Amino acid sequence: MAKLELRGVVKRFGQVTVCDGISLDVEKGQTVCLIGASGAGKSTLLRCINLLEPIEDGEIFLDGEDISVPGLDPQGVRARIGMVFQSYNLFPHMTALENVMLAPRRVHGKSRAQLLPEIEALFQSFDLGDRMHNYPDQLSGGQQQRVAIVRALAMHPEVILFDEITSALDPQLVGEVLDVLLKLKKQGMTMILATHEMGFARQAADKVCFLKDGQIIEEGAPKELFDAPKRAETKTFLARALK
Amino acid sequence: MANPNAAGSNVAGPNAAGMTRRERYEAQKRRRGMVVAAISTLFVVVALVVLVPMTPGWEKVQKSFFNGAVLAKSFPKLLEAFKINIMIFAWSAPAIAILGLLIALARDVKSPALFPLKIFGAVFTDVFRGVPVILTVYLIGFGIPGLGLPRPWNSPYIWGSLALILTYSAYVAEIFRSGIDSVHHSQRSAALSLGLSERQVMRDVVLPQAIRNVVPSQMNMLIALQKDVSLLSFIGPVEIFRQAGVFKSLLANFTPYVGAALIFLIVTIPATRYADYLMARQSRERR
Ligand SMILES: Nc1ncnc2c1ncn2[C@@H]1O[C@H](COP(=O)(O)OP(=O)(O)OP(=O)(O)O)[C@@H](O)[C@H]1O
Ligand SMILES: [Mg+2]
Repeated sequence: MAKLELRGVVKRFGQVTVCDGISLDVEKGQTVCLIGASGAGKSTLLRCINLLEPIEDGEIFLDGEDISVPGLDPQGVRARIGMVFQSYNLFPHMTALENVMLAPRRVHGKSRAQLLPEIEALFQSFDLGDRMHNYPDQLSGGQQQRVAIVRALAMHPEVILFDEITSALDPQLVGEVLDVLLKLKKQGMTMILATHEMGFARQAADKVCFLKDGQIIEEGAPKELFDAPKRAETKTFLARALK
Repeated sequence: MANPNAAGSNVAGPNAAGMTRRERYEAQKRRRGMVVAAISTLFVVVALVVLVPMTPGWEKVQKSFFNGAVLAKSFPKLLEAFKINIMIFAWSAPAIAILGLLIALARDVKSPALFPLKIFGAVFTDVFRGVPVILTVYLIGFGIPGLGLPRPWNSPYIWGSLALILTYSAYVAEIFRSGIDSVHHSQRSAALSLGLSERQVMRDVVLPQAIRNVVPSQMNMLIALQKDVSLLSFIGPVEIFRQAGVFKSLLANFTPYVGAALIFLIVTIPATRYADYLMARQSRERR
């Protein structure tokens, strides 16, 4: 059974169909990259998986359980699926540590003292040990994104969704964030990434999906998809993206 | 490191006065600006001091508005009466903050069960922003005691304050709402994605930022409230404006009003400056 399974997911905003029957299997420990032009529906798909957007049709299964049942309380699902956004992730009025502690305290009802050893260790392991008490505006863009990842990890998610988390960063900061993703992959995290970093997708993905107009029109191992794309649209996109 | 002299002069590029070329230019420009400002200010002040006393009615105006003896006589009593303004202000302001916030939250509720609350919030803000404060003060301040309530409950202090609280809450609620809207929508998404409930997102993530964003605007509301407390004089309480009126009749002189104005300014000018400072700092941070 796949960790996460999408069956014919449809999402519309008014008349516009943004996800047009998307099906996708993500096995436990897999890294799946979503690529595609701006407006293809990558962000929207990730938001649907995290139940931030209700879907019009189709099903989403987490460990075989349908999480897209209308009326299901989304909170429990969101606590199991982490998400990191492109920007404005961190809460500016809280220190990095408070940012990370908020959800475990509120959702799991744990105390600061209970959480501190584990969270301190998390900060240490992502080279952020000396940044715990800084406010977001005292951190570099790369550090902010790494804190956002730590914040997602502190909830012990089973899957993490990443929505172009490096595209708002200065080029020299992209590497440190991608390194974190590689580390998570090594630890066996199940991840779905919307990304424009083709080099990273080729290196780290187990599966790459090319989206166009709300549909996955080609998917496969990075080697196949990047080196021998079958569809003309994929070729055109890659030719432009890899230039 | 071969030539320490060259390295030294490269670090800050200082000249004899320890300033860069740019800094020297700026300092000179600043000095010249200050001289020009001083001269033009002096010119205006001299013109006023010389010209105004030359007007035909000046002597009468001076006697009835700027009478030192009257001022000295009325000032202590005016200060005493100002304590009532401060008192009314002190209990109204927190009530306004709380009610304003509740109304703002009521207007944002999503649950259908609370729909009546939403309607109430909208009607409340429309009504109390639509009626002049003085009218609300009259209607509530005279109307409710007119019901023939027993002793402490017919006090104009209570109902006058309530009128101020209702009116100001309507404005303050709108400011809070604009503050809530000003929080970036990604913050909500980020908080929800962690598994927080709508209520937790509001309390822990949105409201703290919203409130911080509107502090300068709310400061301005406080200053306006401080002045509008005087409207209660029309329904009874002998606060500073009413006290000045008493002196005016007694001494047949307008100077007590000038005294009252001075007392207001002593409080409101620093407060206004501080609000402006907060506002300027915030717009700097935004940039
Ligand atoms: N809340 C919304 N209301 C209406 N339309 C929306 C909304 N969110 C997204 N869309 C539309 O859905 C389409 C897909 O947007 P989406 O953000 O998912 O694309 P994307 O693949 O993530 O693009 P990008 O690479 O630019 O991030 C776009 O045409 C967008 O305008
Ligand atoms: Mg996107």
